[in-house]
Amino acid sequence: MLTIADKTFQSRLFTGTGKFSSAKVMEEALLASGSELVTVALRRVNVHDAGDDMLNHLTHNHIHLLPNTSGVRTAKEAVFAAQLAREALETNWLKLEIHPDPKYLLPDPIETLKATEELAKLGFVILPYVHADPVLCKRLEAAGASAVMPLGSPIGSNKGLKTIDFLEIIIEQSKVPVVIDAGIGAPSDAAKAMEIGADAVLVNTAIAVAGDPVAMAEAFKLAVRAGRMAYEAKLGLKSDLAEASSPLTAFLDEF
Amino acid sequence: MSFKDEFARHSWDTVKEAIYSKTASDVEKALSATKRSLEDFKALISPAAAAYLEPMAKLSRQLTRKRFGNTIQMYVPLYLSNECTNICTYCGFSLDNKVRRRTLTNDEILREVEVIKSMGYEHVLLVTGEANQTVHVEYFKKVLNLIRPHFAQVSMEVQPLDRDEYEELIPLGLHSVLVYQETYHQDDYRKHHPKGKKANFNYRLETPDRLGQAGIHKMGLGVLIGLEDWRTDSFFTALHLSYLEKTYWQTRYSLSFPRLRPFSGGLEPKVEMSDRELVQLICAYRIFNEEVELSLSTRESEKFRNHCIQLGVTSISAGSKTNPGGYAVEPESLEQFEISDERSPAEIARMIRNAGYEPVWKDWDVSLILND
Repeated sequence: MLTIADKTFQSRLFTGTGKFSSAKVMEEALLASGSELVTVALRRVNVHDAGDDMLNHLTHNHIHLLPNTSGVRTAKEAVFAAQLAREALETNWLKLEIHPDPKYLLPDPIETLKATEELAKLGFVILPYVHADPVLCKRLEAAGASAVMPLGSPIGSNKGLKTIDFLEIIIEQSKVPVVIDAGIGAPSDAAKAMEIGADAVLVNTAIAVAGDPVAMAEAFKLAVRAGRMAYEAKLGLKSDLAEASSPLTAFLDEF
Repeated sequence: MSFKDEFARHSWDTVKEAIYSKTASDVEKALSATKRSLEDFKALISPAAAAYLEPMAKLSRQLTRKRFGNTIQMYVPLYLSNECTNICTYCGFSLDNKVRRRTLTNDEILREVEVIKSMGYEHVLLVTGEANQTVHVEYFKKVLNLIRPHFAQVSMEVQPLDRDEYEELIPLGLHSVLVYQETYHQDDYRKHHPKGKKANFNYRLETPDRLGQAGIHKMGLGVLIGLEDWRTDSFFTALHLSYLEKTYWQTRYSLSFPRLRPFSGGLEPKVEMSDRELVQLICAYRIFNEEVELSLSTRESEKFRNHCIQLGVTSISAGSKTNPGGYAVEPESLEQFEISDERSPAEIARMIRNAGYEPVWKDWDVSLILND
């Protein structure tokens, strides 16, 4: 079971709500994924409209909303958006996303750290989206982040775990849960992330734009479960070295 | 340093010749590359690429889905004024056209807003001519303050402004600005814009630089297709885009590719662009730049728009009126250009859903722009 701040999760698969062909398909896919934490862009929902289509399709007891600040470019804008999200969606959980670069949507480490410091003081449960930078993750942990969300590769790229060497360092060093976010393109990527010890993964594009999003959501559910089981069962060490048939040090016994 | 310097390094005739001499193998190289250069773009818009339209369309569709998902953004224009001190040979609002001029008052704007909102719109594009005596930055400030509470995202397509003027408008909720060069062919530009502030080619050319310096969230580029050779003009658009992306990396970009539409007494296109060629251009833009937004207006026909939303286009308008007051105040007045696709926003939304996409009405929030 995974615990972040005050919540425990049966499922280690977190999901997003963007890019689906309809709110109905999104709902079916999220249910098939078994996900209990679902991120929602503040920019996409109409917080003044009780009949908002997307929010209505997310009303399930086991689904917790994780508002995100996608669209903001600075710490100041993020803090403002966070307060708006808290009020509108009635949760103090926040996926902190500050990507001033709209082309590759890469996160700004400096503004993210500043915003985390501010938001922690305001009582938010902060899950910051960051580059796979081990030092930054430790700094965020110290600043009050409840988990860290390093990227596997650029958002939406489906390129998998390009940053794996740094993700392994982050997982080794982190005292807060590590959620690998962005770039996970296939269930095998998600399984791999879990095998190296990630606490959870967040998947959106790979499910939303699949030929059959509902089936793909289930495939991710199974992959995340399999990856976690493998991690807990302790994988055997990999070795590229063939055993030498006559040991190099055998001569030492010849006397 | 501005785009003017980059622009000066490329001659129209040399670029045109290079595009027209691209071969099938250049096109194949461009299609199989993982990152595409401006040379690859030349190949993709060349006559040689016409034979590769189907593979280009498949690739474009795939790349668009990866980035934008199964969604199409919805926007609608709100014409505020048709007063204009420019002469543009192709435009219904040109100074020398005998039409009744009108600039909407606050009350009239709110009446228009009410109709637009009832169609479901959250993203609006404000459009005017260029009449600096009446439709100036103070007018825009007034309008932004007036409509800010009603929309999630506000864009403008008005005369080019100075950097400090953009800096005044952005905190009032201005999210994006569209400024089309019309043509990058300087001599032709002069012919089509003989009078008014718009005659200044370089001031217009450097507008995106001023917008970038002012920190705009998004800007839109494009040319008016029909004035000059579309391939060469589109290359310069792509060059402009590449320069801007590197220089103002915090800004998002969108491209439009309006084809000249008839208006009463107006100019016939010098260069015709077929539907097939427009599809080639849309796919070429997408394959060249996976992140840029591509926008298609109601200038295009029903059938064409039904198919193009699956080929790379990411945002469309519907139910548009191109005359100030067209929605409620004075529906019968003269339009800037003729609309081709007259379906209502609800019909368009249904068409989008039937094609397996979700129409997105809201993808921004004015509260994301801090007013301070």
